[in-house]
Amino acid sequence: MRPVRFNIHPKEAEIADAIGMGKAPDGVPGDGFFATQLSSVVGLARKNSLWPLPFATSCCGIEFMATMASHYDLSRFGSERVGFSPRQCDLLMVMGTIAKKMAPVLRQVYIQMAEPRWVIAVGACASSGGIFDTYSVLQGIDQVIPVDVYVPGCPPRPEAIIDGFMKIQDLVGQESIRRRNSEQYKALLNSYGIQ
Amino acid sequence: MSLTNEMVQEKLIAKFSDQVLQFATSYGMLSFESPKEINLKVLQFLYDEPSLAFTFLTDICAVNYPNQKGAELVVVYHLHNLKENIRLRYSVSTSLENTDVYTATKLFESANWMERETYDFFGINFVGHPNLKRILNVDEMDYFPLRKEFPLEDQTRIDKDDEMFGRG
Amino acid sequence: MEHNHITLPEGSIEKTTTTLNIGPTHPATHGVFQNIMEVDGERVVSSDQTVGYIHRAFEKLAERRPLYQITTITDRLNYCSSPINNMGWHITCEKFLQIETPKRVDYLRVIIMELARISDHLICNSIVGVDTGAYTGFLYVMQYRELIYEIYEEICGSRLTTNMGRIGGFERNFTNTAFTKLEKFLNEYPKVLKEFESLFTRNRIFMERTQGTGGISAERAMNYGFTGPNLRAAGVDYDVRVHQPYSSYQDFNFTVPVGTTGDNYDRFLVRNAEMWESISIIRQAYEKVQAFKGAEAEVYHADVPEYYLPKKEDVYTKMEALIWHFKIIMGEIDLPKGQIYCPVEGGNGELGFYLISDGGRTPFRLHFRRPCFIYYQAYPELIKGGMLSDAVVTMSSLNLIAGELDA
Repeated sequence: MRPVRFNIHPKEAEIADAIGMGKAPDGVPGDGFFATQLSSVVGLARKNSLWPLPFATSCCGIEFMATMASHYDLSRFGSERVGFSPRQCDLLMVMGTIAKKMAPVLRQVYIQMAEPRWVIAVGACASSGGIFDTYSVLQGIDQVIPVDVYVPGCPPRPEAIIDGFMKIQDLVGQESIRRRNSEQYKALLNSYGIQ
Repeated sequence: MSLTNEMVQEKLIAKFSDQVLQFATSYGMLSFESPKEINLKVLQFLYDEPSLAFTFLTDICAVNYPNQKGAELVVVYHLHNLKENIRLRYSVSTSLENTDVYTATKLFESANWMERETYDFFGINFVGHPNLKRILNVDEMDYFPLRKEFPLEDQTRIDKDDEMFGRG
Repeated sequence: MEHNHITLPEGSIEKTTTTLNIGPTHPATHGVFQNIMEVDGERVVSSDQTVGYIHRAFEKLAERRPLYQITTITDRLNYCSSPINNMGWHITCEKFLQIETPKRVDYLRVIIMELARISDHLICNSIVGVDTGAYTGFLYVMQYRELIYEIYEEICGSRLTTNMGRIGGFERNFTNTAFTKLEKFLNEYPKVLKEFESLFTRNRIFMERTQGTGGISAERAMNYGFTGPNLRAAGVDYDVRVHQPYSSYQDFNFTVPVGTTGDNYDRFLVRNAEMWESISIIRQAYEKVQAFKGAEAEVYHADVPEYYLPKKEDVYTKMEALIWHFKIIMGEIDLPKGQIYCPVEGGNGELGFYLISDGGRTPFRLHFRRPCFIYYQAYPELIKGGMLSDAVVTMSSLNLIAGELDA
């Protein structure tokens, strides 16, 4: 028999954590006020109200459908509002193979998004071209747009997509509000020929 | 009386005599060839003849045999008689220099995209096609990727090192 | 009194219609298709489609791979029902190599294929619901699709792109848990489906939206190469499972539902009825599987050492098994020469595999007959003269899967 291990000692869920409020950033609490960095407050607000734009092209899109639907429920992470207009959204989730024919469209969608914007490459195809090392497939979307988080898998399970989403939340929460004006960021965008 | 492969073959020979050739049956499906000039006549006959009635076009695709000089490209039609439930494979071959083949779009609406796909992949020029342009690949592509001489991988890629993939 | 007319530039024509671009990424397309429509008010005058936005060169890729590696490509054709594609490919290989599969394998395959058909139709029908403004159905049934995925997971370890089965059978036997999960599904799902259909079938709004829209006659449908539920909705009872039975479908008792008008409502009803038939087929197959006793109940693959990987224990201990393992994995098995076209009834129509071998180790050419590639060309005709909002419903009720369409 193949060695399969089952999780026979399930961990008790810590209810207190599960329904906790968002953790307050470091700061000075006082009577009727709380002093902290603006950047932390903005980060806290941003990370818990991300509006994803699902750019779903193939199989991973079906897994995203499962992630979004009742069973896995992405809305728990503050992204109830899945938008399809790039101008309103701040998280581009690229799911599925991006063919060369599609690459300019993807780039256009990225350019249309307002700052601050983040990108997740969900699945092997979006991250690296996956199993399709062929003449018609773009070998990873990072050739046309900058990517913040890569989620491996072909397709990734909904849990993995949620994990990638939480990684994005961490990035968003810690991001300095000046990052988008910095020289490095401009250089990054310039290296993709954007702006 | 149900239609059999032999009856189809007899009828085709009775109509086209020595122009239809290479009759063979593999895995229960009759296949034959003809010169490419009469492909429409054959398809029309198979469609119109009441006892044959191959009125359903299952598929069109092409194959590239680089070693068959003068007949490098073969266009394959799969036809289906839904009433008698009998299938048929019919192919015409063409050379690389002159890839003109008559279009079947007048007979079958479904041939439209299948022929466009075949053009896209192999460069078969379907004469009389209403809208013969690339369908799956980008319009700017200047070669026919499924021909055997063209490589599978993207030649412009820089991120994947051949040595790492055992292709060096 | 003089009106101020807008003066058009020299040579321009006064246009009465509006050009509207939908896609390639648009929430209403459920996939990457582009439609450039000419609309007169809300009526669609004409439409021009562009496809190929996820063309991945499957056919070229398949020319480089030994047979067993092509299974992973077939997964990604119609990803809503990948096990059907996997098994269709294995059935093609088995027919080509003249391998006889044991009855138990056939019945297990039937169970999986019908589960896949249910999940495919379920997505399609619930998306039709979403596009007509009923989101509830979608959210409700998605939870029960998870039950199907759990069964897959138990059998092959994967949810969506299953890569399930091998040439000759399955990679391993079904576990008891798999059967328990199947029973759970068979117990719970009919109730859900009943509720799902009572949400829609006699729902006034739904009927108004779907009846008489996107219709096609049987004759035109056949000329356009429709197959599967879309052709049956137009009134042609063509089903590959009946006309060219594979995987012992002839042992099962089921009806092929047909519609009359081929409109969106009929397509919905045909898919719905097919789900009920699928449940009945699964029940029958499960009974047949249960009837195997003793050594027969342990059979899960045919005896084909050239194509079926030996057991791992044998690979470590026996020379012959090691050799076969090596030869299979390295793709060093020469195929016989020949050509075969083998169709199966996929989620949205006749999925055909046209395999040409010249005696090499990989197929010389492999062509997929992708049903939705062929019937999507009828879309402009289906929506012409209808309302723009109906065009969206028509698109989703055709069950277009971009991955399959573009290959």
